[in-house]
Amino acid sequence: MTYIELIHIIVPILIVGASIVAVLLRDLLAAVIAIAAMSLLLSLEFYILQAPDVAIAQAGVGACLTTAIFVIAIRATKRMEGEA
Amino acid sequence: MSGMSKIVKTISSIIFPFITIYGLYVIAHGHLTPGGGFQGGAVVASGLAMLLVAYGSVWTMGKLKEKHLSINQTLESVGAIGFIGLAFFGLIFGTKIFFNNFLVNKQDYLFGATVKLGETAANINTAGILPLMNFAVGLKVIAGLFGIVLLMAYATRLKEGK
Repeated sequence: MTYIELIHIIVPILIVGASIVAVLLRDLLAAVIAIAAMSLLLSLEFYILQAPDVAIAQAGVGACLTTAIFVIAIRATKRMEGEA
Repeated sequence: MSGMSKIVKTISSIIFPFITIYGLYVIAHGHLTPGGGFQGGAVVASGLAMLLVAYGSVWTMGKLKEKHLSINQTLESVGAIGFIGLAFFGLIFGTKIFFNNFLVNKQDYLFGATVKLGETAANINTAGILPLMNFAVGLKVIAGLFGIVLLMAYATRLKEGK
């Protein structure tokens, strides 16, 4: 097993793990950070699948802009899930 | 939404020019390297959104007026009109087809150099109207994506009643 095949196995597992963490967290700000980490790992996966322009778009839009919009929305509302 | 701490504001202010320069580099080298108008515009808009989150919507909306939001929309429209206008210019010049690359291989004009054969270093002064279209798309994507974040911050400021 080569080095790049090992990365192809590890990175999707980390993506699924970050997604599960984002679902399970009650703190919405921490969940948004988990989604940003998932998006950045997805960008890395695009890069090692040799689509670097898709990786740049994913890192810009997915990891930064949606996170900024979520952070703005959470700071205007409640931070914890389930609060009245 | 109030701003973040002084550390976050300072670090954001320091790395914002580097993010902007990298985004403009991706736009300008769209015809040579991976990326292009959309990707570079997304990078620049990410830097602007980072500054907005760091400084908070209250501070930002204190600096910005309604006029600036309409300027943002105007820039977005200029990008779209530039893109489709360059496409329609192909109907006028050259072989008169839609999206005709009428500037390619014309040595007198900007981006008009001929690509050398073989393994040479990439020349940015090539590809005709493609870099100009990348600039138009980049302008539209910067204005459009930053306009979304800006309107989001504007709405949260209205909710706080400030």
